[in-house]
Amino acid sequence: MSKRKVKETHMPVGECISQYGYIFQVQMILRERFCHQRLPEKPVGMESQHKHLLELLRRTAVHGESNSVLIVGPRGSGKTMLLNCVLRELLEVKDVNKNVLPVHLNGLLQTDDRIALKEITRQLNLENVVGDKVFGSFAENLAFLLEALKKGDRSSSRPVLFILDEFDLFAHHKNQTLLYNLLDVSQSAQAPVAVIGLTCRLDVLELLEKRVKSRFSHRQIHLLSSLSFIQYLDNVRSQLSLPQDFPDTNFYDEWNDGIKTLCEDQSVVDVLQRHYNSSKDFRSLHLLLMLALSRVSASKPAIKPTDLLEASRVCMVDSKANILHGLSILELCLIIAMKHLNDIYEGEPFNFQMVHNEFKKFLQRKSHSIHNFDKPVVIKAFEHLQQLELIKSMDSSTAKIQKEYQLMKLLLDHSQIMEALQKYPQCPTDVKQWAMSAFG
Amino acid sequence: MMEQCSYPSIFIYGHRATGKSHVIHTLLKELELPYATVSCVECVSVGLLFEQVLLPLFGSDSASLLSRSPSLSDFVRVYKQLCVQASAKQTRYIVLDRAELLRDMEANLLPAFLRLQELVEDNVTVILLSEIVWDKFRPNTGCFEPLLLHFPDYSKGELQQILSEDSHPSYSPELYSAFINILLGVFYSVCRDLRELRHLAALNFSKFIEPLEQGKVKESDTHKLWRNIEPHLKKAMQTVYLREVSSVQWEQQLQMEEKEAGAVRGLSAHAHVELPYYSKFLLIAAYLASYNPARTDKRFFLKHHGKIKNTNFLKKNEKPPPQISSLGTLQLLNQVGHDDQLDAPKYKCAVSLDFILAISRTVSFDMVKYLYDFL
Repeated sequence: MSKRKVKETHMPVGECISQYGYIFQVQMILRERFCHQRLPEKPVGMESQHKHLLELLRRTAVHGESNSVLIVGPRGSGKTMLLNCVLRELLEVKDVNKNVLPVHLNGLLQTDDRIALKEITRQLNLENVVGDKVFGSFAENLAFLLEALKKGDRSSSRPVLFILDEFDLFAHHKNQTLLYNLLDVSQSAQAPVAVIGLTCRLDVLELLEKRVKSRFSHRQIHLLSSLSFIQYLDNVRSQLSLPQDFPDTNFYDEWNDGIKTLCEDQSVVDVLQRHYNSSKDFRSLHLLLMLALSRVSASKPAIKPTDLLEASRVCMVDSKANILHGLSILELCLIIAMKHLNDIYEGEPFNFQMVHNEFKKFLQRKSHSIHNFDKPVVIKAFEHLQQLELIKSMDSSTAKIQKEYQLMKLLLDHSQIMEALQKYPQCPTDVKQWAMSAFG
Repeated sequence: MMEQCSYPSIFIYGHRATGKSHVIHTLLKELELPYATVSCVECVSVGLLFEQVLLPLFGSDSASLLSRSPSLSDFVRVYKQLCVQASAKQTRYIVLDRAELLRDMEANLLPAFLRLQELVEDNVTVILLSEIVWDKFRPNTGCFEPLLLHFPDYSKGELQQILSEDSHPSYSPELYSAFINILLGVFYSVCRDLRELRHLAALNFSKFIEPLEQGKVKESDTHKLWRNIEPHLKKAMQTVYLREVSSVQWEQQLQMEEKEAGAVRGLSAHAHVELPYYSKFLLIAAYLASYNPARTDKRFFLKHHGKIKNTNFLKKNEKPPPQISSLGTLQLLNQVGHDDQLDAPKYKCAVSLDFILAISRTVSFDMVKYLYDFL
């Protein structure tokens, strides 16, 4: 480490500029990785799933066999990445590339079967062919589209890959028409069609109607991460390291050595262990590394352990504690009064009058520093807490009852309040003592 | 940051007036990055939201490509189309202010915006600004988690510094600083919102320097200045801070001499309700009926019956007078019980004690004598 420091301080101007250029390139390469803009060469830890999916799609594309499959895995486990890698490999074959038609549908965008059908027509470039025709049903429309694909140079129809992202959202459409028809086509011998669904819900099959479920091939590919911590650490190192084709070998060596030392540092290992324990997926890892990377600049051309520690602190912080830090003293006293009410009445809902009475008891007995505010001022503070969604009303019918008497619930934990009090700037001691006393 | 990838979505949270929109906009303007900023309060329909995103990024004729009431699918398609025509090397930024309102719009809007970069295949980042924490935004089945950034609140010293920058040109900054110190002393324990404090400072400064202008005190006499302004600040907390009185009325009141200042007409319901004479008695009777236990009615009203000539009581077979329904519309009375009991609807009085005392004073009816809780 010290050798590198000496190098930095004695660098002439020319080298400084090139250093900036290298840092720029490093940022570019690493950001592409972390912001998910470029696919990795080979997805890590999912070799068997990759093989399975590739085989399946090859059978549709080359041999004309219809298939349906669901890729299931929690958020951020790499479903879309796996599919894109497989598609990339598949489309490398020239024959396949010319023939296969991918159609990408997304449950978030195509919220209706009608919209979905228009999107399919558009992606198959059949808008002119359809023109102004009116179809009786969804099935007729779909059959027409697939028929139209037959009039290519081959006598048989071109294989179509229907990729349904957020598959579970399609199951909420009326009658599940789209799903029924697509799976129906995949079962009957009309045209070689592959239906690939991606979803984060493990219970997605429960959402399907009986007739849809029976047409589905029940083939599921699960992406449940099974990395051990050692593999996770290795992955962190490879994610942060530069690729072989980096122009400057000196900088390349320097950077990669630095990353190696970083990953052997005990505090860094502890931080990564904490993150690994809460979630193994790569998306949250990339968030952490992105925050650490943002501190790298020309004047500081390496990632130090403190960067990672700071990034981890930012990721793991409790947001409500941050919000509690910015409340005024009056609002904080109201929250403490609510905490006491929760303790006494074991979590029963309360209304503003009850809180105000608790607060007045505190003012009479124990307080020296808090002024006796008028009721309307206290109501304004109470309403501010409601706007910040720290308290919520129990029922939605707000018109019937006067606002001072509406029942509310506190959405904060005992420990959150106590922790926030410790960090609160210039908290008066009588308020702190009131919070910590058992009976208010 | 400019030609490189940016994280698809960033969520910035912090209290009101902590500088979230200000910092983001200044940063985007100074670095001259292409951006579109939308306040979700203004978007009553999703079409407006989409339009306001496309216009600054792609020019004035881009919004015409959207259909009448566009769906999210249309928006993504049009965006992709426009990207092809005008591809940019730099990251585009979309800033959505008051993002908590996105949760109340269509359910697919928030998750789609969080992963907009993936959906439109363009280098775009969506920045969400809100005062509510991210945990309340997350949809049921999860979504693409954005980068979370917190904008911390200002400390008392920082507030003092910021507020002192608005100093009046004809007075020294030290004098203004002293004024801000006094203002914070009164208001800091109640309100830490920079905007409200600036507003209060602007309204009250003229009263503060009044003795100086009249030549009664010197600038260094801070104690006398404090004595002059403090009662006014306390009164401001009860009126202007609560928006009971409009800012214009407040300024007028400050200009009036002490002797002339009468009661300021407030904006809230207390002072503004002008009910007809009989309706006032109806309301008083309703309050007594609602809040006195039934068996005490005899005790209160038989003895003094002779004195109460004008109070109407609801007899069992009589139709309720029309004033009752108008009191219901004013939300002074609430209907209790089922809607189908049209013959004998039950009501409950929904006003506070202060309000009803104020009303009874206007008809010279001593209400306190008849209230059970005050015996």
